[in-house]
Amino acid sequence: MIRFRNERTSLTNKAMPVILFLCAATSILTTVGIVYTLLSETIRFFTIVPLSDFLTQSRWNPLMAPKSFGIWPLISGTLLITFIACIVALPIGLAAAIYLSEYAPRAVRKIIKPILEVLAGVPTIVYGYFALTFMTPLLRSMIPNLPIFNALSAGIVVGIMIIPMVSSLSEDAMLAVPRSLRDGAYALGATRFEAVLKIVLPAGLSGVISAFVLAFSRAIGETMIVTVAAGATPKLTLNPLDSIQTMTAYIVQVSLGDTPHGSVEYGTIFAVGMTLFVITLILNIAAKRLSLRFREEY
Amino acid sequence: MNQWTTADDHKRVLMRRRIDFMLRLLFLLCTSIGIVALAVLIVSIVVDGFRYIRPELFLNYPSRRAAQAGMKSAIVGSIYMLLMMAPISFVFGVGAAIYLEEYAKKNRATRFIQLNISTLAGVPSIVYGILGLTIFVRFFALERSLISGTLTMTLLVLPVIIVSAQEAIKAVPKIRRDASFALGADKWQTVSRAVLPSAMPGILTGVILAMSRAIGETAPLVMIGALTYISFLPSSLKDSFSVMPIQIFNWISRPQEEFHSLAAAGIMVLLALLLLMNFSAILLRNKFQKHI
Repeated sequence: MIRFRNERTSLTNKAMPVILFLCAATSILTTVGIVYTLLSETIRFFTIVPLSDFLTQSRWNPLMAPKSFGIWPLISGTLLITFIACIVALPIGLAAAIYLSEYAPRAVRKIIKPILEVLAGVPTIVYGYFALTFMTPLLRSMIPNLPIFNALSAGIVVGIMIIPMVSSLSEDAMLAVPRSLRDGAYALGATRFEAVLKIVLPAGLSGVISAFVLAFSRAIGETMIVTVAAGATPKLTLNPLDSIQTMTAYIVQVSLGDTPHGSVEYGTIFAVGMTLFVITLILNIAAKRLSLRFREEY
Repeated sequence: MNQWTTADDHKRVLMRRRIDFMLRLLFLLCTSIGIVALAVLIVSIVVDGFRYIRPELFLNYPSRRAAQAGMKSAIVGSIYMLLMMAPISFVFGVGAAIYLEEYAKKNRATRFIQLNISTLAGVPSIVYGILGLTIFVRFFALERSLISGTLTMTLLVLPVIIVSAQEAIKAVPKIRRDASFALGADKWQTVSRAVLPSAMPGILTGVILAMSRAIGETAPLVMIGALTYISFLPSSLKDSFSVMPIQIFNWISRPQEEFHSLAAAGIMVLLALLLLMNFSAILLRNKFQKHI
């Protein structure tokens, strides 16, 4: 009986690492799947539509004749939303991080942190609703002739959505700055703000910038808010009062309609998806590099 | 004032303190913007949606008439998806985390897997939708079905679960493993009976938080084609389905005011479910912590 047990446990001991490795390998398969599907369909798309058209034309109108496939209107729409979001979220998020890590009493932190976490957990479709039914009417009462679907409203709400992300990541970066550096500043008579400005921020800078880059990338990939509130008219513009379309919203628009599988229109999903994937991947890798650098210093 | 300081110095110090105080207020103000935004969001939703919180919302199928429209199929679809997604992503996520923390050698392959997981966590959710559409809906010919949606969302939440489970396993003190080995346990006995029970509260919290993220996700399911006019409950894995965020999205997309209010009511149900899940995460954690 005892022999039997031993044999069984030695079998599990041989099998478990393999089974567990297979679990971990699904993540590699996922990546391979993403790259393969995007790449193969994108390559097929570019055999029909020349890459030069995609990169040089300034009009995006793949669904109706006369068709044109210039990606720039979608990129400008995406960047416009992202810039508005960053103008809202970066200063507010950083200020909140400074308050939470340097000023806030423990009791206040204990209340504020969970609330920011709730804000981060609200589904994006809920923010979309908020943009369309609260932010847009509010802006329209201040700015006459603002179209119902506009970049400004969606951008501001995307900004509100990424505030918790900016603040919690920047706060981590600032908390990683050793206490002794702050104490040194206080011993020299610095006020809290002077310690933040001249010691804590410079020391945690790469972490803070990494937080900014991640937030930027998150705003680029945000889908539902812009689909609901920013419109569906691809336009090469940097005017926040215009109705625009982002890359993500375009992908949703096509998949909502019944575009036949295998057509050129269907291929655009993958070409746009590939562009989105590459941009966010580069940003995420850059953020990772930055945050590793700041960890090495201490 | 003494011989080393002048009235000027005194003034300068006062000024610096005043700047510090003003900025402290400014930072506090910025911090409260997030809180105010959350409050405004919730109030505006409750004000809009309150009158549509009625039995029909839970008992009726979607309808072209707002007065009769409900989200029964969407609520049931969300719950089905949750019930299937939770065990699958738990097994794969925790399995991967155990491998990386307890078994993997610290070599290039492991570092590559680790880097890959953190990269996957940053991929926009809509890209997972494209993946699901190509792999599950088309390649495996699972059609626009409950199982396609579930598998797509599982892939989406796996990186999050793996990372949080790794954190939980890392936090288990080494002394527990040593004690187990000292009692003659082998590797798997140690992992399953000494490490995992101790890491379980953290793991479960991570899983539930990942699930609540998945329940609110819209974009990938729009991609794989979850439908909005479902007037039946899915009875098999290959049935078409709807989920709450999709139904809400559909109602928001309509121009009529009544449907916007209906969407607000739907959002209230969704947020209530999320709150319930987070609350159960806290309860579970407390319960488990007492046992250890």
